Order: sequence, then C-alpha cells, then structure tokens
Amino acid sequence: MKYGPLIWRSLVRRKTRAVFTVLSILVAFLLFGVLAALNTAFTAGVELAGNDRLVVTHKVSIIQMLPDSYTARLEATAGVVDVLHETYFGGIYQKPSNFFMQCPVVPGRLLRLYPEYRLPEDQRRAWLTDRTCAIAGRQTADRFGWKVGDRIPIQATIWTKRDGGRSWEFNLCGIYDADQGVDTTQFFFNYDYFDESRSFWQGQVGWYVIRIGDPADAAALARRIDEQFANSPAETKTATEKAFVQAFARQIGDIGLIIRVIVTAVFFTILLVAANTMAQSVRERTSELAVLKTLGYSDGLVLALVMAESCAMAVSGGAAGLGLAWLLTRAGDPTGGLFPAWFLSRADLARGGFLALALGLVAGVVPALQAMRLRIVDALRRA
Amino acid sequence: MRGPAGWLVQVAVVTLLNVRTVRQRLGSSLVAVVGIAGVVTIFVAVLSTAEGFRRTVQSAGSRDTAVVLRAGSDSEMVSVLSREDVSVIGDAAGLRRGAGGAVVSGELFVIVDLLNRATNTTANVSLRGVGPNAFAVRPEVAIIQGRAFEAGRNELIVGRGAAAQFAGTAVGRTLRFGRSDWTVVGIFDAGGTLADSELWCDAAVLQPLYQRGTTVQAVYAKLESPEAFAGFKDALTSDPRLNVKVMRETDYYAEQSQMITALISTIGVGIALLMGIGAVFGAVNTMYTAVAARTREIAVLRALGFGGGPVAVSVLVESLLLAGSGGLAGGAIAYATFHGFRTSTMNWQSFSQVTFAFAVTPGIVARGVAYALAMGLAGGLLPAVRAARLPIVSALREL
Repeated sequence: MKYGPLIWRSLVRRKTRAVFTVLSILVAFLLFGVLAALNTAFTAGVELAGNDRLVVTHKVSIIQMLPDSYTARLEATAGVVDVLHETYFGGIYQKPSNFFMQCPVVPGRLLRLYPEYRLPEDQRRAWLTDRTCAIAGRQTADRFGWKVGDRIPIQATIWTKRDGGRSWEFNLCGIYDADQGVDTTQFFFNYDYFDESRSFWQGQVGWYVIRIGDPADAAALARRIDEQFANSPAETKTATEKAFVQAFARQIGDIGLIIRVIVTAVFFTILLVAANTMAQSVRERTSELAVLKTLGYSDGLVLALVMAESCAMAVSGGAAGLGLAWLLTRAGDPTGGLFPAWFLSRADLARGGFLALALGLVAGVVPALQAMRLRIVDALRRA
Repeated sequence: MRGPAGWLVQVAVVTLLNVRTVRQRLGSSLVAVVGIAGVVTIFVAVLSTAEGFRRTVQSAGSRDTAVVLRAGSDSEMVSVLSREDVSVIGDAAGLRRGAGGAVVSGELFVIVDLLNRATNTTANVSLRGVGPNAFAVRPEVAIIQGRAFEAGRNELIVGRGAAAQFAGTAVGRTLRFGRSDWTVVGIFDAGGTLADSELWCDAAVLQPLYQRGTTVQAVYAKLESPEAFAGFKDALTSDPRLNVKVMRETDYYAEQSQMITALISTIGVGIALLMGIGAVFGAVNTMYTAVAARTREIAVLRALGFGGGPVAVSVLVESLLLAGSGGLAGGAIAYATFHGFRTSTMNWQSFSQVTFAFAVTPGIVARGVAYALAMGLAGGLLPAVRAARLPIVSALREL
C-alpha cells in the first residue's frame, strides 16, 4: 500500500483525462447492469422454475383447451404428486395497456403447487373459502394501488358470462408476496365461479402444472403422460416448467444473444478508450518512469505500478457504474410494471466486477510492458 | 486578413492543418471513430428492427378493407362470429361486389406449434382458415411455389417468411397437428406483410378440427372505396342482429404493432443514448489529446495572428469530421450486417410469431449520422474552448 500515493498521483496527473476515462467506463458498466436486468426480465422464471414441476399443454398449441377431467387422470399417474390447471382469461382492467395475467384456478391447488407464494393466514382462509375471491401478486397490486377488500372489475375479451355480460367483478381478498425473482404480477381467481359463470366451453381448461415426486424421473414421466393421452381428442405435450418458460421466452427472440452482442460492442469500445488513455499516460511519463528506475525501482515494480493504475481506473469506473445500475433497477422497471422481474442479480453484479478487473488488466498490459522494458538511458535521452 | 472572409480563411487553414496531421494522432483518433461507429451501429440496428416490424405489420393494411370482429374483442384471436353474422355482413351496403357476390372473407385464426429453426424451440405460428375470397381481399398475395390448397382437403400453403423461419414447411412435406395430417402444397408471397408469417388452409376443413362448428373469428371485407368505410361501419354497428366491432384494416394493424414497436424503440433508444454518453467521453479524451499534442502549433498560430475563434472552430470541425466518419461507418456496418436480415418475434396481440426483415432505411442512417455529429459536437466543445484559451507565452514555453 505504500505505493498508493504514487499511483494516485499518476492518475490525477491529467485530471480531465482520468475523469473522462473513468466516466466512459462507468457508462459501460451502467449499461451492462441495465442489460443484465433486462435479460433477467425477459427470461424471468427460467432460473427459478421448479425442477419438480411439469407443464402439460395441448399438443397442437397452448391456445387449445384440455378437459378439466384430466386432473383425476393425471393425479392417478404414478410419480405425480399434485395437479393444478390454469386457464388464460385475458381480460382488460380499465385499459388494454394495463396488461397482467389473470387465471382461474382451484384455490387450494394453487397454494400447494406454488408454495413460493406467501399469503397471510386470514387472507389464505378467505381465498380458500370465498368463491368470488381473487388474489393478486404484490407487483400488480402496487402497480394499481389495490388494497385487500377492493372490488376489481375486469372486462372479458374472450369469456362472456352466461347472462351475455362481459364485466367480471372480483373481491380482492388477498395479496401474495414472494422472494425476489418470483413473478408476482399474476392475478388468480376461483375456477368454480369461473366455470359456472362462463357462457361456453364449460369444463375446458388451458393447461396443467403438475408436481412430481422425483425430478430425475421428469423426462420419462413426461413421456408416460403424453402416451396416456395419445389418440384421445385432446393429446398433450408435457415439458419441464423450465423448458416451457424457456421456449416461451425464446419466442420473443434470442434476447440473450442480442444483449451479448451489444455488451461485446460496448466493451470493445471502452477497452480501446481505456487502453488509449493508459498508453498516452505512459508515453507522457517516459522520463519520470526512467527516473523511478534510476532510483532503483525494479522492472517488475514499474509493471505492477502501471497495471495497478489501469486497474484502479477500471474498477472505480466499474463499481460506480454497477452501483448506479443497481440504484436504477431499484427505482422500478421502465414499462411500469409489465416485467415480471426487474432487478440486478448478485451473479450479474459479480460478473460485472470480474469484467471490470479484466478490463483494467487488458487495457494496462501493453503500456505496462512498454514501461517495464524502458531502458533508462534511452528514455532519459528521449526526454 | 480582416472581416468575415478573413475569419473563414483562418478557419479553413487551421482545419486543414489539423486534418493533415491526424495521421500523427492516428491511435486516439481511431478510438473516437470506432467508439462512435459502434454506437451508431447499435442505434441503427435497433431502429431498423422497430421499423422492419412496423412495416411488416402495418403494410398489411389497406384503407379499403374493413375488419369485423365481435364487439369487445381486441384481436381476431379472441373473436367469434356466427355464420348468420357473416351473411348479414355480406349484405351490407358499400361492399365491393365480384362474380361470386360481395368480396368478403370469413376467417378462422388459430395457433399451431412449429419448430423455429433459429432457436430450435417451438414457436406459436398462426394458421388461418380462409374462404375463397381471401385472395380477392388481399390482392398482394401470390403463390410463388407449388399451388393453392384445394377446398375440402387437408392442404396448407405457407407464407414466405414462415417457410424460412420454421422447420418442416417445404412444399410436399406433411405437418401433423394433433391427429390431423396436413400436406404443404404451396408457398405464397404476401409482399412482406403480416400474412407472410402465416399458414393458410380452407376454413371449412379447419372448423370441425377445432370444434368451431360453422363459426369464424373475423370477417375481412373489401369496400367499394376507402370513403365507403363510415357508411359500412354505421350500417353494421346499428344493425340489431349484430354485436360487432368494425375497424379499418390499417387501424387494426397499427393497433396490433403499437406495443412491440414502442417497446423496441424505448429500450433500444435508451441503450443507444447510454452508449452515446460513453462515446462522448471517449471523444472528449481524443480531442483533448489532439489539442494537447498541438499545444505548441496552436501557440505559434496564435502568435502569428490567428484568432482564438478559428482555432476553436477548427477543433470542433475536426471532432465533427471524426464523428461523421464514425457515423457513416456505423451506418454502413449496420446496413451490411442487418439490412434484410429476417427474424421473428412474438406479436402479443395475436399471440403468434411475426417474421420480419430489419429495414435499414436512408432516414434511419441519416438519424444515426446526425446522432454521431451531435456526439462529435459534444465531445469537441470543451477541448475547443481550451484550445482557444491557451495562453500563448506559456504554451510556447511548454515542451
């Protein structure tokens, strides 16, 4: 640490240059952080998808319905622990851009399949007993300022009611929470109430989520389920929840690839900027470095000093950028609540820190080698 | 050398001197150019994605076509119309009439899973069941390979975009949806419109397979003229036998593409802005270096009687030239890499894949270059001021 002041002095030798280089590194890491959060948003659920859950959809496509009688048949299948069916409701709350997912479900089964949803005891009791009850995730409730006890009117786009009406009203009797990263945008309501009120397709549901006893058996069990319903009017396609969520995310496009391309472009540019700064700084200090060597500083020490300078710049810029990105993602997502997840994960923070260090090393290596190889006589003569 | 002419000559001389000596500062100048080129590449790529998507979805609409859905439906996906509805709609005033009566097409719209070649995962693809009038309603659709499907048979024709993006869609191949087999008999070109992403078949064959009875989901009706729309809409919405929503096809598609276009533009432009700020910092460094490297030259010029203004302007011009060439390079890279590149994404309103091509238009490239120049201006400003303020005596003594 005794070389700290020396490194600091070299850094602030040209203040403006150092400041602008650190700022451009800061912007690069801010961008890295925001893009990482975006990637998390688009692939939300892939990481957290339970590996003991399978999703059973109609073989032709997810919009085709399956009979709710499959519940019993799935439950009777060896290896299946629990079964839940969900149906896409697709209603509009106030205006179409207020999109969030609504799903009629069997209340008790929902809580058994998704133990990650936490509901206070009194709300849980109401949800299990009251037929017109609905529960909303924390994110959606916050987005619209809902409180427990509110009446939520939703206009159906698909499911007209038996009386021809399109307006569905629900009692919000619970708001569920979950750990960071778990989707809390969904809105659930009672399937029995839904099934007897809808005007058509009674007994038909969208898809099934099942819990299995042994995750290692997932592939074989998926095959057994599909074979069981083969050649019936509603054939199935079963996949792990992870594969299902991943395929769905892929439908938007290969977000991961796009983000990798952008990040690579940005880092390449910033690398140039930082390396250029370091090279200039070493060039300018040729005579000073020669004096240091004359005083007895070894070649290795000079190399280390230049590398430390480069790394200090990269790491301070990187840390500031990542910190700023973290603050920014805390402030809420840019779509105003559409993303099921919007945060900078610890893994991405660690990745960013590692990248900052790597940037400092790579940008510093050529100038540092130059400084190391400097011959005192030549350098002093040149100055 | 007095007056504005003299001033301009000074600017020109100093700028020329700067430009001629760029080679001596090649390293740092290249850094600025490459940085700005990178930003502009991403900027243009993002805008061309949004533009390509918008074009595909919106060019599908024609002003003299009306779309009729069940009231309350926001897309044909969730709409239902009965056979009676379709015949009432076909009798309305203001419709174009051909040999087979009004040019009206009742259509089914469902989704099937196909394998996306690019990601190797299943994708939602639209399967449209159409009537005989579908081609008359969309004159831009032409069979480019094979033939049209025959009425009453399990035959499909595949849009050009879908054929490129999804596996198993070549002519002669058989696709299995559930328990029914379909033969691909032709590929059609819909002129880069939305239909290019779709599969088409006979509506009458699709109805029983999807338990739809005799219902359809949307009616596409060709009007006598674009002006006939208001009358047609009034007639349908005031008809007590119907409970429908009538839209111009152009408006319908504009609504369908709005969300995605807005999302791509907002996120993309946000990213490009952030990157731009980073590049400006890089450019500032470059120009400071340029000024620092020429401290003595500038001082000599000033001593010879050149004004501070021309020196500052020349620094700005150099910065703009570097940024402009970076911008042009970025635009060229984006054009070469992305223009015409086909990809597909999810259109949430129809819950199915839309294939589209990136469209790098001259307008977008111009915006990219303008953005580059703005970065050059921002990056050159402070160094220019410093160059103008350089104290002559101490600058001459330096070095």
